[in-house]
Amino acid sequence: MSVIEIKNVTKVFGTYDEEVQELLHNNASKDEIIKKTGATVAVKSANLSIESGEVFVVMGLSGSGKSTLIRLINRLIDPTEGDLLIKDKNVAQLSPSELREFRRSNLSMVFQNFALFPFKNILENAAFGLEVRKFPKKQRREKAEEALDLVGLGNYKKQLPNQLSGGMQQRVGLARALANDTDILLMDEAFSALDPLIRKEMQQELLQLQQKMQKTIVFITHDLDEALSIGDRIALMKDGEIAQVGKPEEIVTNPANDYVKSFVKDIDRSKVLKVKHVMKRVDGESISTDLPSINSEALLYETYPLFKDGVHELTVEANGQNIGILEFNKVFEVLAQGNEVENNVG
Amino acid sequence: MLDNLPRLPVAQWASDFVDWLTSSFSFIFDPIKEVLEGLMDWIIQILEFIPPTLFIVIVMALAFIFMKNKVLSPILIGVGLLFIYNQGLWANLIDTMTLVIISGLISVVFGIPLGILMSKSTGFETVMKPILDFMQTMPAFVYLIPAVAFFGIGMVPGVFASVIFSAPPTIRLTNLGIRQISAELIEASDSFGTTPMQKLVKVQLPLARSSIMAGVNQTIMLALSMVVIASMIGAPGLGTEVLSSLQRAQVGTGFVAGLGIVILAIIIDRFTQSKK
Repeated sequence: MSVIEIKNVTKVFGTYDEEVQELLHNNASKDEIIKKTGATVAVKSANLSIESGEVFVVMGLSGSGKSTLIRLINRLIDPTEGDLLIKDKNVAQLSPSELREFRRSNLSMVFQNFALFPFKNILENAAFGLEVRKFPKKQRREKAEEALDLVGLGNYKKQLPNQLSGGMQQRVGLARALANDTDILLMDEAFSALDPLIRKEMQQELLQLQQKMQKTIVFITHDLDEALSIGDRIALMKDGEIAQVGKPEEIVTNPANDYVKSFVKDIDRSKVLKVKHVMKRVDGESISTDLPSINSEALLYETYPLFKDGVHELTVEANGQNIGILEFNKVFEVLAQGNEVENNVG
Repeated sequence: MLDNLPRLPVAQWASDFVDWLTSSFSFIFDPIKEVLEGLMDWIIQILEFIPPTLFIVIVMALAFIFMKNKVLSPILIGVGLLFIYNQGLWANLIDTMTLVIISGLISVVFGIPLGILMSKSTGFETVMKPILDFMQTMPAFVYLIPAVAFFGIGMVPGVFASVIFSAPPTIRLTNLGIRQISAELIEASDSFGTTPMQKLVKVQLPLARSSIMAGVNQTIMLALSMVVIASMIGAPGLGTEVLSSLQRAQVGTGFVAGLGIVILAIIIDRFTQSKK
């Protein structure tokens, strides 16, 4: 079931007159429109459908419109054209008070630079969403404490944000969003301001939390590695347009155009592609069980240690059954060059 | 050629305008005057009722509680106040403090809401900015003339002139403080569904607090600087001493009264700038 439907959404900053409309209609480029009319096209007829419980990553370079896109979802920015359906409600048409109510009960957001309130302590920050919703004090406290425990900051309640490191501050940002207990979590470059090690750690933690929470997460990033490692699906944006939407392995192995191709060409495929994408599917009974076995969900780099002492084939198992064979030559071929695996993807 | 142009009767207009205000709005000015006079008498009575020794001890204790330097600040403040008492200026000090407190309060009560409105509406900001410039740059003496027309002589017109002269910093810095809040924090507030009032009270005002306090501090300092000027229309206090010394060319008493103002200024400044 799709939770968020973005239908033909366009956002133009500046005057949106007939000239701009016509240029947009004629598929004029962003540069051309800004040169002719002074209007900036941030998002251009975007169509997306985000499923319940998935981690959906919107990835793009700066200026690609990804930050605008996420702000269109909770209407921090009003769309110029198009419909935004969240849980079958058209957010674009809500009145201010309806919008407030909708944000309070459906959407929580985590920000790039944390956006914590410096005059509130960690507990008060985490309870902010509940305070706004006028929850009784005791309940606020309990829920905020719960959320802080979830992100591992249970012992820092009385500290002020500037007494914490960047990584910890973002955990508070996450806790603030989680305490609100909404189904949808919007994360705007949430880990981009953190240093690489902490970022990796936070990504892992987010995925672990997600396994328990099963929220719908829209995650914005400019980092392809981050997108590939946490995204169930990824949308690549360029100049306000969505260049491709797909699972990580689809993006890597089947780039839709040259732009996406140039993006993914330096990626370490062994950390994106899984055994199941490369294996040869064989009927279970005909597989020799002498061979070392590997799970079909394992990433390719995890197979390296098994190909040794003359082993050229591995059995692939899933749910306790042997479902195929992984050939060393095939793995090598896929990693070495290219796009030969599309048949198995999906 | 230039001499042939008739002189614009701006002075006449201004004077007509003030006359019109005075006669048409006396029903507003008179009650304002009465209320303010009552309030001031009340404050003066309370402050004078406290024995000077106790008063000094209380101020020193407050300095000990609120100021960073727990030893030097209270001692210096105590010495300063003792000096004023010693010079026989205690009653003047009380009058001046009352004038400053009342003008400061009025400036804050009107200034902060005006600053908030300016931060919410760019149109209102555009209108207010030249008015604030005008209020601050017009020589403060000029305000005395309509003040007397509206309120007669005494402390009330002094307060009126002080408020007009000293309110702008509070208004400006409230506006600036709110406008300078980072966009991301405002987005964070909005994304959790705050009403405009919740956003103002829970996010904007606390974040603009230090800027607003700097404005209030400036306002009080300006009000204090009006003390001497306001004494020209009969506002009692340390300024009266300065003025009469000037008129009689008494350097010594003028210096002492001026010193009293400086001491009061430093004390008020330290209190309004102190952060716990």
